Amino acid sequence: MQIYLPIAEVSVNAFLLVGLGGMVGILSGMFGVGGGFLMTPLLFMVGIPPAVAVATEANIIVASSFSGVLAHLRRKTVDLKMGGVLLAGGLLGAAFGVQVFAILKQSGQVDLLVKLCYVVFLGIIGSLMFVESLNAIRRSRAKGPAQKIVRRQRGWIHALPFKMKFRTSGLYISVIPPLLVGLFVGILAAIMGVGGGFIMVPAMIYLLGMPTKVVVGTSLFQIIFVTGFTTLLHATTNYTVDMVLAVLLLVGGVVGAQVGTRIGTRMKAEQLRILLALMVLLVCGKLALDLLLQPAELFSLGVDGEH
Amino acid sequence: MLRFLALLVALALPLGAAVAAEVVVADLSQDRVSISTSFDGSEILVFGAIKRNAPEPSEGPLAVIVTVSGPDEMVTVRRKDRRFGIWVNVEGIEVDRAPSFYAVASSLPLDRALSETEDLRWKITTERKLRAVGATSMAADASAFLDALIRVREAVDVYTTDEETVRLQDATLFSTEIALPSALTEGNYDTRIFLTRGGQVVDSFATSIYVQKVGLERFIYNLAHDRPLIYGLLSLAIAIAAGWTASAVFRYLLP
Repeated sequence: MQIYLPIAEVSVNAFLLVGLGGMVGILSGMFGVGGGFLMTPLLFMVGIPPAVAVATEANIIVASSFSGVLAHLRRKTVDLKMGGVLLAGGLLGAAFGVQVFAILKQSGQVDLLVKLCYVVFLGIIGSLMFVESLNAIRRSRAKGPAQKIVRRQRGWIHALPFKMKFRTSGLYISVIPPLLVGLFVGILAAIMGVGGGFIMVPAMIYLLGMPTKVVVGTSLFQIIFVTGFTTLLHATTNYTVDMVLAVLLLVGGVVGAQVGTRIGTRMKAEQLRILLALMVLLVCGKLALDLLLQPAELFSLGVDGEH
Repeated sequence: MLRFLALLVALALPLGAAVAAEVVVADLSQDRVSISTSFDGSEILVFGAIKRNAPEPSEGPLAVIVTVSGPDEMVTVRRKDRRFGIWVNVEGIEVDRAPSFYAVASSLPLDRALSETEDLRWKITTERKLRAVGATSMAADASAFLDALIRVREAVDVYTTDEETVRLQDATLFSTEIALPSALTEGNYDTRIFLTRGGQVVDSFATSIYVQKVGLERFIYNLAHDRPLIYGLLSLAIAIAAGWTASAVFRYLLP
Protein backbone atom coordinates (compact mmCIF):
# COMPACT_ATOMS: atom_id res chain seq x y z
CA MET A 1 0.00 0.00 0.00
CA GLN A 2 1.61 3.25 -1.16
CA ILE A 3 1.16 6.33 0.96
CA TYR A 4 2.13 9.94 0.18
CA LEU A 5 4.00 11.71 3.00
CA PRO A 6 2.93 15.37 3.27
CA ILE A 7 6.22 16.83 4.53
CA ALA A 8 8.73 14.47 2.93
CA GLU A 9 6.80 14.79 -0.36
CA VAL A 10 7.47 11.24 -1.46
CA SER A 11 5.27 8.19 -1.84
CA VAL A 12 6.41 5.05 -0.01
CA ASN A 13 5.05 1.66 1.00
CA ALA A 14 3.25 1.89 4.35
CA PHE A 15 3.97 -1.71 5.40
CA LEU A 16 7.66 -1.27 4.71
CA LEU A 17 7.72 1.67 7.12
CA VAL A 18 5.82 -0.24 9.83
CA GLY A 19 8.28 -3.12 9.43
CA LEU A 20 11.30 -0.83 9.67
CA GLY A 21 9.85 0.76 12.79
CA GLY A 22 9.29 -2.64 14.37
CA MET A 23 12.80 -3.86 13.66
CA VAL A 24 14.46 -0.79 15.12
CA GLY A 25 11.98 -0.85 18.03
CA ILE A 26 13.05 -4.37 19.05
CA LEU A 27 16.71 -3.34 19.10
CA SER A 28 15.83 -0.20 21.00
CA GLY A 29 14.01 -2.11 23.72
CA MET A 30 16.75 -4.75 23.97
CA PHE A 31 19.73 -2.45 24.25
CA GLY A 32 18.32 0.81 25.57
CA VAL A 33 19.53 2.70 22.53
CA GLY A 34 17.13 5.01 20.74
CA GLY A 35 17.91 3.30 17.46
CA GLY A 36 18.60 6.62 15.73
CA PHE A 37 21.97 5.55 14.38
CA LEU A 38 20.25 2.62 12.64
CA MET A 39 17.06 4.36 11.55
CA THR A 40 18.73 7.30 9.77
CA PRO A 41 20.60 5.25 7.15
CA LEU A 42 17.56 2.99 6.68
CA LEU A 43 15.26 5.94 6.00
CA PHE A 44 17.79 7.38 3.53
CA MET A 45 17.69 4.07 1.68
CA VAL A 46 13.88 4.18 1.46
CA GLY A 47 14.18 7.59 -0.20
CA ILE A 48 13.17 9.97 2.60
CA PRO A 49 15.01 13.32 2.33
CA PRO A 50 17.80 13.46 4.96
CA ALA A 51 16.46 16.55 6.77
CA VAL A 52 13.02 14.97 7.19
CA ALA A 53 14.50 11.62 8.20
CA VAL A 54 16.65 13.12 10.97
CA ALA A 55 13.85 15.29 12.42
CA THR A 56 11.09 12.69 12.23
CA GLU A 57 13.31 10.05 13.72
CA ALA A 58 13.81 12.17 16.86
CA ASN A 59 10.03 12.10 17.24
CA ILE A 60 9.91 8.32 16.84
CA ILE A 61 12.65 7.80 19.39
CA VAL A 62 10.46 9.65 21.93
CA ALA A 63 7.70 7.08 21.40
CA SER A 64 9.79 3.92 21.47
CA SER A 65 11.80 5.15 24.46
CA PHE A 66 8.63 6.07 26.35
CA SER A 67 7.15 2.65 25.63
CA GLY A 68 10.39 1.00 26.74
CA VAL A 69 10.83 3.07 29.87
CA LEU A 70 7.32 2.19 31.11
CA ALA A 71 8.24 -1.48 30.93
CA HIS A 72 11.47 -0.77 32.81
CA LEU A 73 9.70 1.35 35.44
CA ARG A 74 7.44 -1.56 36.34
CA ARG A 75 10.50 -3.73 36.67
CA LYS A 76 12.13 -1.03 38.82
CA THR A 77 15.18 -0.93 36.56
CA VAL A 78 15.26 2.84 36.11
CA ASP A 79 17.47 5.01 38.30
CA LEU A 80 15.38 8.18 38.21
CA LYS A 81 17.85 10.15 40.29
CA MET A 82 20.78 9.26 38.05
CA GLY A 83 18.56 9.88 34.99
CA GLY A 84 17.76 13.36 36.24
CA VAL A 85 21.41 14.24 36.76
CA LEU A 86 22.35 12.92 33.29
CA LEU A 87 19.41 14.79 31.77
CA ALA A 88 20.44 18.10 33.33
CA GLY A 89 23.82 17.76 31.66
CA GLY A 90 22.21 16.42 28.47
CA LEU A 91 19.86 19.35 27.86
CA LEU A 92 22.66 21.82 28.48
CA GLY A 93 24.84 19.92 26.04
CA ALA A 94 22.09 19.67 23.42
CA ALA A 95 21.46 23.43 23.51
CA PHE A 96 25.18 24.04 23.09
CA GLY A 97 25.45 21.35 20.40
CA VAL A 98 22.72 22.99 18.30
CA GLN A 99 24.77 26.21 18.27
CA VAL A 100 27.92 24.33 17.25
CA PHE A 101 25.93 22.63 14.50
CA ALA A 102 24.70 25.98 13.15
CA ILE A 103 28.28 27.33 13.00
CA LEU A 104 29.54 24.22 11.23
CA LYS A 105 26.67 24.35 8.76
CA GLN A 106 27.75 27.80 7.64
CA SER A 107 31.26 26.60 6.93
CA GLY A 108 29.94 23.66 4.85
CA GLN A 109 31.21 20.08 5.28
CA VAL A 110 28.74 19.40 8.06
CA ASP A 111 27.82 16.09 6.41
CA LEU A 112 31.41 14.96 6.52
CA LEU A 113 31.78 15.93 10.17
CA VAL A 114 28.64 14.01 11.12
CA LYS A 115 29.87 10.93 9.26
CA LEU A 116 33.35 11.17 10.77
CA CYS A 117 31.77 11.53 14.24
CA TYR A 118 29.78 8.37 13.59
CA VAL A 119 32.75 6.37 12.36
CA VAL A 120 35.06 7.47 15.18
CA PHE A 121 32.61 7.07 18.05
CA LEU A 122 30.89 3.94 16.79
CA GLY A 123 34.30 2.43 16.05
CA ILE A 124 35.82 3.16 19.46
CA ILE A 125 32.75 2.21 21.47
CA GLY A 126 31.99 -0.86 19.40
CA SER A 127 35.50 -2.30 19.65
CA LEU A 128 35.86 -1.55 23.36
CA MET A 129 32.54 -3.18 24.17
CA PHE A 130 33.22 -6.13 21.94
CA VAL A 131 36.59 -6.91 23.52
CA GLU A 132 35.30 -6.36 27.06
CA SER A 133 32.22 -8.53 26.72
CA LEU A 134 34.19 -11.24 24.93
CA ASN A 135 36.58 -11.35 27.88
CA ALA A 136 33.66 -11.41 30.32
CA ILE A 137 32.12 -14.38 28.53
CA ARG A 138 35.45 -16.20 28.42
CA ARG A 139 35.98 -15.64 32.15
CA SER A 140 32.55 -16.91 33.06
CA ARG A 141 33.06 -20.02 30.88
CA ALA A 142 36.51 -20.74 32.31
CA LYS A 143 35.75 -20.32 35.99
CA GLY A 144 32.09 -21.20 36.03
CA PRO A 145 29.22 -18.87 36.89
CA ALA A 146 28.94 -16.18 39.59
CA GLN A 147 32.14 -14.43 38.59
CA LYS A 148 32.02 -10.95 40.10
CA ILE A 149 32.88 -8.10 37.73
CA VAL A 150 35.73 -6.05 39.13
CA ARG A 151 34.99 -2.32 39.04
CA ARG A 152 38.03 -0.33 38.08
CA GLN A 153 37.07 3.25 38.89
CA ARG A 154 38.04 3.34 42.52
CA GLY A 155 40.48 6.23 42.19
CA TRP A 156 39.84 9.83 41.26
CA ILE A 157 36.11 9.54 40.55
CA HIS A 158 35.50 8.62 44.18
CA ALA A 159 37.62 11.49 45.43
CA LEU A 160 35.40 14.16 43.81
CA PRO A 161 33.09 16.31 45.95
CA PHE A 162 29.25 16.61 45.85
CA LYS A 163 28.67 12.95 46.52
CA MET A 164 25.19 11.63 46.06
CA LYS A 165 23.56 8.30 46.85
CA PHE A 166 22.03 6.53 43.82
CA ARG A 167 20.13 3.75 45.54
CA THR A 168 18.78 1.96 42.46
CA SER A 169 22.26 1.76 40.96
CA GLY A 170 23.83 0.95 44.32
CA LEU A 171 26.32 3.79 43.88
CA TYR A 172 27.62 6.53 46.12
CA ILE A 173 29.53 8.87 43.82
CA SER A 174 30.00 12.52 43.00
CA VAL A 175 27.45 14.14 40.65
CA ILE A 176 30.23 15.66 38.53
CA PRO A 177 31.02 12.57 36.36
CA PRO A 178 27.36 11.90 35.43
CA LEU A 179 26.82 15.60 34.71
CA LEU A 180 29.83 15.65 32.41
CA VAL A 181 28.77 12.43 30.70
CA GLY A 182 25.32 13.94 30.12
CA LEU A 183 26.80 17.16 28.77
CA PHE A 184 29.16 15.40 26.40
CA VAL A 185 26.47 13.04 25.11
CA GLY A 186 24.08 15.99 24.70
CA ILE A 187 26.56 17.84 22.48
CA LEU A 188 27.22 14.77 20.34
CA ALA A 189 23.51 13.96 20.16
CA ALA A 190 22.70 17.39 18.76
CA ILE A 191 25.52 17.26 16.22
CA MET A 192 24.90 13.68 15.14
CA GLY A 193 21.10 13.91 15.29
CA VAL A 194 20.55 10.89 17.52
CA GLY A 195 19.40 10.21 21.07
CA GLY A 196 22.90 9.28 22.12
CA GLY A 197 22.03 5.95 23.75
CA PHE A 198 24.87 4.12 22.06
CA ILE A 199 27.33 6.47 23.77
CA MET A 200 25.37 6.81 27.00
CA VAL A 201 25.00 3.07 27.65
CA PRO A 202 28.73 2.23 27.56
CA ALA A 203 29.57 5.46 29.42
CA MET A 204 27.26 4.46 32.24
CA ILE A 205 28.65 0.94 32.41
CA TYR A 206 32.34 1.69 32.08
CA LEU A 207 32.73 5.25 33.37
CA LEU A 208 30.12 5.39 36.11
CA GLY A 209 30.16 1.69 36.96
CA MET A 210 26.38 1.27 36.92
CA PRO A 211 24.91 -2.25 36.79
CA THR A 212 23.87 -3.22 33.23
CA LYS A 213 20.26 -4.00 34.20
CA VAL A 214 19.68 -0.43 35.41
CA VAL A 215 21.61 1.20 32.58
CA VAL A 216 19.11 0.43 29.82
CA GLY A 217 16.05 1.88 31.58
CA THR A 218 17.93 4.94 32.78
CA SER A 219 19.33 5.62 29.32
CA LEU A 220 15.84 5.38 27.79
CA PHE A 221 14.50 7.72 30.47
CA GLN A 222 16.84 10.56 29.61
CA ILE A 223 16.64 9.92 25.84
CA ILE A 224 12.90 10.75 25.94
CA PHE A 225 13.61 14.28 27.05
CA VAL A 226 16.64 14.96 24.88
CA THR A 227 14.88 13.77 21.69
CA GLY A 228 11.63 15.50 22.66
CA PHE A 229 13.59 18.74 22.88
CA THR A 230 15.23 18.05 19.50
CA THR A 231 11.85 17.29 17.87
CA LEU A 232 10.46 20.64 18.96
CA LEU A 233 13.58 22.45 17.69
CA HIS A 234 13.31 20.77 14.27
CA ALA A 235 9.55 21.35 14.03
CA THR A 236 9.80 25.05 14.78
CA THR A 237 12.96 25.93 12.84
CA ASN A 238 13.09 23.58 9.84
CA TYR A 239 9.48 22.31 9.48
CA THR A 240 10.88 18.87 8.77
CA VAL A 241 8.93 16.62 11.18
CA ASP A 242 6.62 14.42 9.10
CA MET A 243 3.68 13.31 11.21
CA VAL A 244 2.43 10.65 8.81
CA LEU A 245 5.88 9.10 8.51
CA ALA A 246 6.24 9.24 12.30
CA VAL A 247 2.90 7.52 12.96
CA LEU A 248 3.69 4.67 10.56
CA LEU A 249 7.11 4.06 12.08
CA LEU A 250 5.65 4.43 15.58
CA VAL A 251 3.11 1.68 15.13
CA GLY A 252 5.93 -0.77 14.48
CA GLY A 253 8.34 0.93 16.86
CA VAL A 254 6.32 0.88 20.08
CA VAL A 255 5.32 -2.76 19.64
CA GLY A 256 8.92 -3.64 18.80
CA ALA A 257 10.21 -1.84 21.89
CA GLN A 258 7.91 -3.89 24.13
CA VAL A 259 9.02 -7.14 22.53
CA GLY A 260 12.65 -6.04 22.71
CA THR A 261 12.45 -5.21 26.41
CA ARG A 262 11.14 -8.69 27.15
CA ILE A 263 13.87 -10.33 25.08
CA GLY A 264 16.45 -8.14 26.81
CA THR A 265 15.50 -9.18 30.35
CA ARG A 266 15.85 -12.85 29.44
CA MET A 267 19.37 -12.49 28.09
CA LYS A 268 22.65 -12.36 29.93
CA ALA A 269 24.26 -8.95 30.25
CA GLU A 270 27.42 -10.04 28.40
CA GLN A 271 25.44 -11.45 25.51
CA LEU A 272 23.43 -8.25 25.30
CA ARG A 273 26.59 -6.16 25.23
CA ILE A 274 28.34 -8.28 22.64
CA LEU A 275 25.31 -8.09 20.32
CA LEU A 276 25.12 -4.32 20.69
CA ALA A 277 28.87 -4.09 20.05
CA LEU A 278 28.54 -6.12 16.84
CA MET A 279 25.68 -3.96 15.63
CA VAL A 280 27.59 -0.76 16.35
CA LEU A 281 30.66 -2.10 14.51
CA LEU A 282 28.53 -3.11 11.53
CA VAL A 283 27.08 0.39 11.10
CA CYS A 284 30.52 1.89 11.65
CA GLY A 285 32.04 -0.34 8.97
CA LYS A 286 29.34 0.59 6.47
CA LEU A 287 29.87 4.32 7.04
CA ALA A 288 33.65 3.95 6.87
CA LEU A 289 33.38 2.15 3.53
CA ASP A 290 31.23 5.00 2.20
CA LEU A 291 34.03 7.41 3.02
CA LEU A 292 36.90 5.24 1.80
CA LEU A 293 35.58 3.75 -1.44
CA GLN A 294 35.16 5.79 -4.58
CA PRO A 295 31.46 6.54 -4.99
CA ALA A 296 29.81 5.53 -8.27
CA GLU A 297 28.50 9.06 -8.75
CA LEU A 298 30.92 11.79 -7.74
CA PHE A 299 28.29 14.49 -7.89
CA SER A 300 25.48 14.93 -5.40
CA LEU A 301 22.50 17.27 -5.33
CA GLY A 302 21.14 19.34 -2.51
CA VAL A 303 17.83 21.14 -2.87
CA ASP A 304 17.91 24.39 -0.95
CA GLY A 305 14.33 25.47 -1.39
CA GLU A 306 11.76 26.56 -3.90
CA HIS A 307 11.64 29.95 -5.50
CA MET B 1 -0.80 32.85 -13.92
CA LEU B 2 -0.21 36.43 -15.05
CA ARG B 3 3.26 35.49 -16.22
CA PHE B 4 1.65 32.77 -18.23
CA LEU B 5 -0.84 35.00 -19.91
CA ALA B 6 1.94 37.40 -20.79
CA LEU B 7 3.94 34.53 -22.23
CA LEU B 8 0.94 33.37 -24.20
CA VAL B 9 0.38 36.77 -25.68
CA ALA B 10 4.07 37.18 -26.43
CA LEU B 11 4.13 33.83 -28.15
CA ALA B 12 0.93 34.23 -30.04
CA LEU B 13 1.41 37.74 -31.41
CA PRO B 14 4.53 37.57 -33.58
CA LEU B 15 3.96 34.00 -34.65
CA GLY B 16 0.29 34.38 -35.31
CA ALA B 17 0.98 37.39 -37.48
CA ALA B 18 3.90 35.94 -39.39
CA VAL B 19 2.97 32.30 -39.95
CA ALA B 20 -0.69 31.57 -39.72
CA ALA B 21 -0.53 28.65 -42.09
CA GLU B 22 -0.40 25.99 -39.35
CA VAL B 23 -1.78 26.48 -35.84
CA VAL B 24 -1.64 24.02 -32.96
CA VAL B 25 -4.72 23.49 -30.78
CA ALA B 26 -4.25 21.36 -27.66
CA ASP B 27 -5.70 20.37 -24.32
CA LEU B 28 -4.89 18.17 -21.33
CA SER B 29 -6.88 15.30 -19.84
CA GLN B 30 -6.67 17.16 -16.54
CA ASP B 31 -5.28 20.54 -15.58
CA ARG B 32 -5.35 19.78 -11.86
CA VAL B 33 -3.54 17.06 -9.95
CA SER B 34 -4.66 16.49 -6.37
CA ILE B 35 -2.14 14.90 -4.05
CA SER B 36 -4.10 12.84 -1.55
CA THR B 37 -2.73 10.31 0.95
CA SER B 38 -2.94 7.51 -1.60
CA PHE B 39 -1.28 9.54 -4.40
CA ASP B 40 1.08 7.36 -6.38
CA GLY B 41 1.95 9.35 -9.47
CA SER B 42 -0.32 10.47 -12.25
CA GLU B 43 -0.46 10.30 -16.02
CA ILE B 44 -1.50 13.34 -18.01
CA LEU B 45 -2.80 12.88 -21.52
CA VAL B 46 -1.79 15.73 -23.81
CA PHE B 47 -3.75 15.80 -27.06
CA GLY B 48 -4.64 18.20 -29.85
CA ALA B 49 -4.79 18.92 -33.54
CA ILE B 50 -3.05 21.03 -36.17
CA LYS B 51 -5.36 23.55 -37.81
CA ARG B 52 -4.64 24.66 -41.39
CA ASN B 53 -6.18 27.34 -43.57
CA ALA B 54 -4.26 26.20 -46.62
CA PRO B 55 -3.15 22.78 -47.90
CA GLU B 56 -0.28 21.21 -45.97
CA PRO B 57 3.09 22.72 -46.94
CA SER B 58 5.46 20.12 -48.31
CA GLU B 59 8.86 21.39 -47.14
CA GLY B 60 10.52 19.73 -44.12
CA PRO B 61 9.22 17.04 -41.77
CA LEU B 62 6.42 17.96 -39.37
CA ALA B 63 6.96 17.31 -35.62
CA VAL B 64 5.20 17.93 -32.33
CA ILE B 65 7.20 18.46 -29.13
CA VAL B 66 5.62 18.52 -25.65
CA THR B 67 7.44 19.76 -22.55
CA VAL B 68 6.24 19.76 -18.93
CA SER B 69 8.24 21.71 -16.39
CA GLY B 70 7.78 21.65 -12.60
CA PRO B 71 8.28 24.59 -10.22
CA ASP B 72 11.85 25.92 -10.07
CA GLU B 73 14.04 25.27 -7.07
CA MET B 74 17.58 26.15 -6.03
CA VAL B 75 19.87 23.15 -6.33
CA THR B 76 23.42 22.81 -5.08
CA VAL B 77 25.53 20.40 -7.11
CA ARG B 78 28.60 19.17 -5.23
CA ARG B 79 31.55 17.19 -6.46
CA LYS B 80 33.46 14.70 -4.32
CA ASP B 81 37.17 14.13 -4.47
CA ARG B 82 39.72 12.17 -2.48
CA ARG B 83 41.34 14.13 0.34
CA PHE B 84 43.51 12.44 2.98
CA GLY B 85 42.21 9.06 1.86
CA ILE B 86 38.51 9.78 2.22
CA TRP B 87 35.93 11.03 -0.24
CA VAL B 88 34.69 14.49 0.61
CA ASN B 89 32.77 17.25 -1.15
CA VAL B 90 35.43 19.55 -2.53
CA GLU B 91 33.53 22.04 -4.65
CA GLY B 92 30.01 22.90 -5.62
CA ILE B 93 27.92 25.27 -7.66
CA GLU B 94 24.47 26.61 -7.04
CA VAL B 95 21.98 26.32 -9.85
CA ASP B 96 19.58 29.14 -9.21
CA ARG B 97 16.45 27.87 -10.84
CA ALA B 98 16.38 24.25 -11.86
CA PRO B 99 12.95 22.76 -12.57
CA SER B 100 11.95 20.18 -9.97
CA PHE B 101 10.58 18.09 -12.84
CA TYR B 102 11.15 18.26 -16.58
CA ALA B 103 9.78 16.03 -19.30
CA VAL B 104 10.26 16.31 -23.06
CA ALA B 105 8.33 14.16 -25.53
CA SER B 106 8.48 14.42 -29.31
CA SER B 107 7.06 12.77 -32.40
CA LEU B 108 10.42 12.64 -34.20
CA PRO B 109 13.98 12.24 -32.87
CA LEU B 110 14.85 15.64 -31.41
CA ASP B 111 17.82 16.27 -33.71
CA ARG B 112 15.43 16.08 -36.66
CA ALA B 113 12.48 17.79 -34.99
CA LEU B 114 14.40 20.78 -33.73
CA SER B 115 17.26 22.88 -35.04
CA GLU B 116 20.03 24.07 -32.73
CA THR B 117 19.05 27.72 -33.04
CA GLU B 118 15.38 27.07 -32.35
CA ASP B 119 16.31 25.05 -29.27
CA LEU B 120 18.44 27.96 -28.10
CA ARG B 121 15.56 30.33 -28.62
CA TRP B 122 12.77 28.27 -27.04
CA LYS B 123 14.81 26.34 -24.45
CA ILE B 124 13.21 23.01 -25.21
CA THR B 125 15.72 20.24 -24.45
CA THR B 126 16.66 19.57 -20.82
CA GLU B 127 20.19 20.86 -21.43
CA ARG B 128 19.03 24.16 -22.92
CA LYS B 129 16.37 24.60 -20.27
CA LEU B 130 18.93 24.26 -17.48
CA ARG B 131 21.59 26.38 -19.17
CA ALA B 132 19.00 29.09 -19.61
CA VAL B 133 17.78 29.31 -16.04
CA GLY B 134 20.89 28.45 -14.06
CA ALA B 135 23.35 31.14 -12.99
CA THR B 136 26.52 29.12 -13.26
CA SER B 137 29.42 31.52 -13.52
CA MET B 138 31.05 30.38 -10.26
CA ALA B 139 33.00 27.35 -11.39
CA ALA B 140 35.23 27.15 -14.43
CA ASP B 141 33.83 23.78 -15.48
CA ALA B 142 30.21 24.63 -14.70
CA SER B 143 29.00 22.52 -17.59
CA ALA B 144 30.35 19.38 -15.92
CA PHE B 145 28.17 20.18 -12.93
CA LEU B 146 25.11 20.81 -15.09
CA ASP B 147 25.69 17.55 -16.92
CA ALA B 148 25.86 15.84 -13.54
CA LEU B 149 22.61 17.47 -12.44
CA ILE B 150 20.88 16.16 -15.56
CA ARG B 151 22.48 12.72 -15.22
CA VAL B 152 21.50 12.30 -11.55
CA ARG B 153 17.95 13.45 -12.15
CA GLU B 154 17.51 11.39 -15.30
CA ALA B 155 18.58 8.31 -13.34
CA VAL B 156 15.56 8.73 -11.05
CA ASP B 157 13.20 9.80 -13.88
CA VAL B 158 12.76 13.32 -12.59
CA TYR B 159 14.08 14.57 -15.92
CA THR B 160 12.95 12.55 -18.90
CA THR B 161 13.43 12.84 -22.63
CA ASP B 162 11.22 10.50 -24.65
CA GLU B 163 11.68 10.82 -28.37
CA GLU B 164 9.07 9.45 -30.74
CA THR B 165 6.45 9.00 -28.00
CA VAL B 166 4.09 11.64 -29.41
CA ARG B 167 1.67 9.90 -31.77
CA LEU B 168 0.94 11.98 -34.87
CA GLN B 169 -1.95 10.86 -37.10
CA ASP B 170 -2.35 12.07 -40.67
CA ALA B 171 -0.19 15.09 -39.84
CA THR B 172 -3.22 16.48 -37.97
CA LEU B 173 -4.06 14.73 -34.69
CA PHE B 174 -1.51 14.16 -31.96
CA SER B 175 -1.47 12.76 -28.44
CA THR B 176 0.99 11.63 -25.78
CA GLU B 177 1.06 10.69 -22.10
CA ILE B 178 3.32 12.44 -19.63
CA ALA B 179 3.96 10.48 -16.42
CA LEU B 180 4.18 12.58 -13.27
CA PRO B 181 6.18 10.78 -10.56
CA SER B 182 4.86 10.04 -7.07
CA ALA B 183 7.42 12.34 -5.47
CA LEU B 184 5.78 15.51 -6.75
CA THR B 185 6.12 19.00 -5.35
CA GLU B 186 3.25 21.46 -5.30
CA GLY B 187 2.92 24.25 -7.83
CA ASN B 188 2.29 25.06 -11.46
CA TYR B 189 3.61 22.64 -14.02
CA ASP B 190 4.14 24.65 -17.20
CA THR B 191 3.17 22.66 -20.26
CA ARG B 192 4.32 23.76 -23.71
CA ILE B 193 3.47 22.24 -27.05
CA PHE B 194 5.58 23.13 -30.10
CA LEU B 195 4.79 22.49 -33.73
CA THR B 196 7.92 22.36 -35.87
CA ARG B 197 8.50 21.98 -39.58
CA GLY B 198 11.99 21.27 -40.85
CA GLY B 199 13.37 22.06 -37.40
CA GLN B 200 11.74 25.51 -37.26
CA VAL B 201 9.08 26.26 -34.64
CA VAL B 202 5.93 27.11 -36.56
CA ASP B 203 3.52 27.53 -33.67
CA SER B 204 3.35 26.89 -29.97
CA PHE B 205 0.77 26.51 -27.27
CA ALA B 206 1.19 26.87 -23.51
CA THR B 207 -0.96 25.89 -20.57
CA SER B 208 -0.32 24.69 -17.07
CA ILE B 209 -1.15 21.86 -14.71
CA TYR B 210 -1.87 22.86 -11.15
CA VAL B 211 -0.55 20.37 -8.59
CA GLN B 212 -1.89 20.70 -5.06
CA LYS B 213 -2.09 18.72 -1.86
CA VAL B 214 -5.65 18.06 -0.67
CA GLY B 215 -7.45 16.79 2.43
CA LEU B 216 -5.31 15.42 5.24
CA GLU B 217 -2.10 16.14 3.31
CA ARG B 218 -3.07 19.80 2.98
CA PHE B 219 -4.08 20.02 6.64
CA ILE B 220 -0.86 18.53 8.00
CA TYR B 221 1.33 20.57 5.67
CA ASN B 222 -0.41 23.83 6.63
CA LEU B 223 -0.32 23.04 10.32
CA ALA B 224 3.41 22.28 10.16
CA HIS B 225 4.16 25.60 8.47
CA ASP B 226 1.64 27.93 10.09
CA ARG B 227 1.64 26.60 13.67
CA PRO B 228 5.00 24.87 14.04
CA LEU B 229 5.02 24.83 17.85
CA ILE B 230 1.54 23.30 18.08
CA TYR B 231 2.50 20.84 15.36
CA GLY B 232 5.66 19.87 17.23
CA LEU B 233 3.82 19.43 20.52
CA LEU B 234 1.12 17.43 18.76
CA SER B 235 3.77 15.15 17.25
CA LEU B 236 5.24 14.61 20.71
CA ALA B 237 1.79 13.94 22.18
CA ILE B 238 1.12 11.33 19.50
CA ALA B 239 4.49 9.73 20.22
CA ILE B 240 3.89 9.60 23.99
CA ALA B 241 0.34 8.30 23.53
CA ALA B 242 1.50 5.60 21.12
CA GLY B 243 4.27 4.56 23.51
CA TRP B 244 1.90 4.40 26.44
CA THR B 245 -0.78 2.50 24.51
CA ALA B 246 1.66 -0.15 23.38
CA SER B 247 2.96 -0.52 26.91
CA ALA B 248 -0.56 -0.81 28.36
CA VAL B 249 -1.68 -3.32 25.74
CA PHE B 250 1.38 -5.50 26.25
CA ARG B 251 0.98 -5.37 30.00
CA TYR B 252 -2.57 -6.62 29.57
CA LEU B 253 -1.59 -9.35 27.10
CA LEU B 254 1.64 -10.54 28.73
CA PRO B 255 1.62 -9.67 32.42
